[in-house]
Amino acid sequence: MIAAAFEYHRPADLKGALGVLAEYGDDARVLAGGHSLIPMMKLRMASIDHLVDLQDIAELKGISVAGGRVTIGAMTTQHEMITNADLSRAAPIIAEAAVQIADPQVRYMGTVGGNVANGDPGNDMPGLMQCLDATFTLAGPDGTREVAARDFYHSAYVTARDDGEILTQISFATPNGGYAYEKQKRKIGDYATAACAVQVTKTGGKVTAAAIAMTNLADTPVFSDAAGAALVGTAGDAAAVKAAVTAALAAINPTGDNRGPAEFKRHIAGIIIGRAITRALSRA
Amino acid sequence: MGKKMQIALTVNGEAHELLAEPRELLIYVLRERLNLTGPHAGCETSHCGACTVEMNGKSVKSCTVFAAQANGATITTIEGLGSPDSLSVLQQSFREHHGLQCGYCTPGMITRAHRLLQENPDPTEEEVRFGISGNLCRCTGYQNIVKAILAAAATINGAKEAAE
Repeated sequence: MIAAAFEYHRPADLKGALGVLAEYGDDARVLAGGHSLIPMMKLRMASIDHLVDLQDIAELKGISVAGGRVTIGAMTTQHEMITNADLSRAAPIIAEAAVQIADPQVRYMGTVGGNVANGDPGNDMPGLMQCLDATFTLAGPDGTREVAARDFYHSAYVTARDDGEILTQISFATPNGGYAYEKQKRKIGDYATAACAVQVTKTGGKVTAAAIAMTNLADTPVFSDAAGAALVGTAGDAAAVKAAVTAALAAINPTGDNRGPAEFKRHIAGIIIGRAITRALSRA
Repeated sequence: MGKKMQIALTVNGEAHELLAEPRELLIYVLRERLNLTGPHAGCETSHCGACTVEMNGKSVKSCTVFAAQANGATITTIEGLGSPDSLSVLQQSFREHHGLQCGYCTPGMITRAHRLLQENPDPTEEEVRFGISGNLCRCTGYQNIVKAILAAAATINGAKEAAE
C-alpha cells in the first residue's frame, strides 16, 4: 500500500497551482482532501508524477451566503459545511447530504471541490449540485469560466474540466421550499446503492417547481427534468409522486456490482426517490 | 526511491524535523520514525480508524495522509492524551467500563472520542455512536465503548460544574 514516488508541490496561491499544472500538463494532478485520490495512488490505480496540494490556498476556502446566492470555496470540507450555521439556514439539503458521506474522519478532510470535480458517480455532491442547479467555476491559464453542474459530467471520471484547470468554487441561488437527500447504503462509509436529491416549492397547495437528481444510478449523476415536471401543477399527491418516480426511473441506467444486480438497484432507486420526494413535499 | 524532503511536525507538543519521501504515510512517520506506536496501522485503507490521530484539530486517518501533507502540522496521538501513570479521563473510563478487549482499536477510539467531546461535550448515545462511526471494533460490539465515552463526558462535565 505504498504509492508510487511523486514530486510534491504546495503552492501558496491559485496562480502558483495553475503554473505547476501548466508546466507539467497531465503528469500533474491537484490534491484536495485526498480521500479519493490517495487510496487510488496507494492501490497504484493512479500514478501521478507531480502532486499539487491545494491546502495552503486561502482563496479556495470559505462559505458565503449573500444576495440570494450561496458560494462555497472548493477546498471547504464536508465537516465545515455541516457545521456552518449560515449554510444550514440557506441550504439545509447540503448538511443533510454531507453527514451521509463516509465517516467523521473522512468528512474532516474530504472537500466539496474534490467531491464534485472527481467525477466518481458514487460521490454525493454532484447529484446534489445538479438538483440545486449549481454553477462550477473553473480557473485555467486563460482565466476563469463557468460550467453548469447539469452540463459538467460526461461519463465516469470524465468531466468538462480540462487538465490545466482547477475547480475553484461552487455557487447556486439560495433554494426555497422543501428539500430532502435520501441515501441507501450498505454501511457507514459506503457509497450509495441509490441516492436522490429533491428541492420542491408549493404555492396555494400546488407544486410550482421541483428539481430531482440521483446519485450512483448511472455513470454520471442523473438530473431528470421529466421527474420534476411530473410534480409541477399537481397537489403532490400519491399519484403525482408515483408519476415522478416512474419518470425518474426512466432516466437511470444502473449496472450490477457488489452492491447488487441492476434490477435490485432499480428497485431500491424507486423506493429512495419516492421517499425523497415525499419528505421534500412534507417540508415545502 | 523518490526524492526526500524536510518535514517539520509538532507531535504531542514536541517539535520534530525529519527527512521523508513525500509519499510516506503519516502513520509510518509516527510509528517508525518517531516511535509513537500508539496509533495502529489496521486496514490501511481508511476504513477501520485504528490509525486515527488529531491533526490541526481534526480527527484524521493517518494512513490516508502523505507525510508531505502533514508538513507544518500539529499532531496529537494517544501518547499525548495520557500515560500509564496518569490516565486521561477517557482512558480511565474505558478501563472502568471494559471499553476494550483486544485493545487494537482503542488508541484510535480514544483519540477520536477526545475530539468528539471537544466539539460536543454532552453528546447523546446516538451522537456518540455516529461520532465514532469511522472507528471499527471487532471485539466489544461497541456497547461498552459507548458507555465509556458517555461516562467520560459526565465525569468531565461534573468536574467542570464543581469548579464553577
